[in-house]
Amino acid sequence: MELTVSDLTVARGGVPVLSGVNFSLQDGRALVLRGPNGAGKTTLLRTIAGLQPPLTGDIQGAGERIAYAAHADGLKAMLTVTENLSFWAQVFGTNDISSAITAFDLDKLTDRLAGTLSAGQKRRLGLARLMVTGRPVWVLDEPTVSLDAASVALFADAVRGHLKAGGAALMATHIDLGIPEADVFDVTPYRAKPGVAAQDEAFL
Amino acid sequence: MIALLTRDLRLAVRAGGGFGLGLAFFLIVTVLVPFGVGPETALLTKIAPGILWIGALLACLLSLDRILALDWEDGSLDLLATAPLPMEGIVTIKALAHWITTGLPLVLAAPALGVLLSLPTEGYLWLVVSLAVGTPALSVIGTFGAALTVGLKRGGLLMSLLVLPMYVPTLIFGAEVARRGAEGLTVQTPLLMLAGISFGALALLPFASAGVLRVNLR
Repeated sequence: MELTVSDLTVARGGVPVLSGVNFSLQDGRALVLRGPNGAGKTTLLRTIAGLQPPLTGDIQGAGERIAYAAHADGLKAMLTVTENLSFWAQVFGTNDISSAITAFDLDKLTDRLAGTLSAGQKRRLGLARLMVTGRPVWVLDEPTVSLDAASVALFADAVRGHLKAGGAALMATHIDLGIPEADVFDVTPYRAKPGVAAQDEAFL
Repeated sequence: MIALLTRDLRLAVRAGGGFGLGLAFFLIVTVLVPFGVGPETALLTKIAPGILWIGALLACLLSLDRILALDWEDGSLDLLATAPLPMEGIVTIKALAHWITTGLPLVLAAPALGVLLSLPTEGYLWLVVSLAVGTPALSVIGTFGAALTVGLKRGGLLMSLLVLPMYVPTLIFGAEVARRGAEGLTVQTPLLMLAGISFGALALLPFASAGVLRVNLR
């Protein structure tokens, strides 16, 4: 299986931001999306994750294969680290959370409420969630924000382990992720021409 | 789905979760009414079913904006939308969790508060029955309102304006069941209408809520 995006146009607030995007992502490979702020990286990722429909074009191999991680970690402040992770494990129908806890060095924090964690620790917990989803394609939006160097290395190891196990990763970032073997896809040439506002048919 | 329900219930019970908030509000409203209208037993007896129903309805409204807004703010709604759960299931479970934390305590507390409003003895059974049948509709309709306004700043007020008119039929028939029960009349017709509203809302609104939620998440 591979994730294939063909001739994709994505819109934010009804205005096309990227158009004619083509790429494919093989299993076992990682792809890094680059581009300036506001280029449409997040919109592209949300479209691939299925949260919004594309304006035109086609996405193959997404849907139920995607594990999406956004800017927000989706953590519940009043639940402990273990409770947060096991909730997502149950939702995705898996049950092994210990390997995710170890991979992101959360062992000493398991009984802490997520609300009392530091920003970097929260991010690590948010990324550990990906491992418990059991889904093959990780779609990550700025995954290493607020992580220190050691945690970025943990993240890179987790991604490598995931790729080795036959998974794939699609990441938007402008910081070095410490994964030099990843392919790079620059979205800048695909920016939509301004002034071609899309019509929202529901409000015509 | 069960995981989502247990998570929501657990969050509601933990500090800051708002469990019991609706109940406390219900209590305050029904305690304040006798102070406002005076201690005449005859008058209180007459208005008790209506006051109890309006109190329950407002208590329900108070906690509606928490149903989806909290999950929206911390990003877990996006993540739930990409999870294997169907959106219709998510909104149904959210409504169920809201009913268990708000509606069910109201049903159980209503008889005690009926005493404060000198509700006649015959009225207690039908008050409890009408609330038990009617409050699920309040939760399901409220979840629809919450889905409509999720992501809006200060959406709570707009949601109240949207939801309250939709509560009117439930209020009319619910209060009518309680009133007729209190006066010893037959309650069959309004009770059937109330049950019909509840079942109809339960059957149709999760699809509408899921639809507007998908649009709002874009």
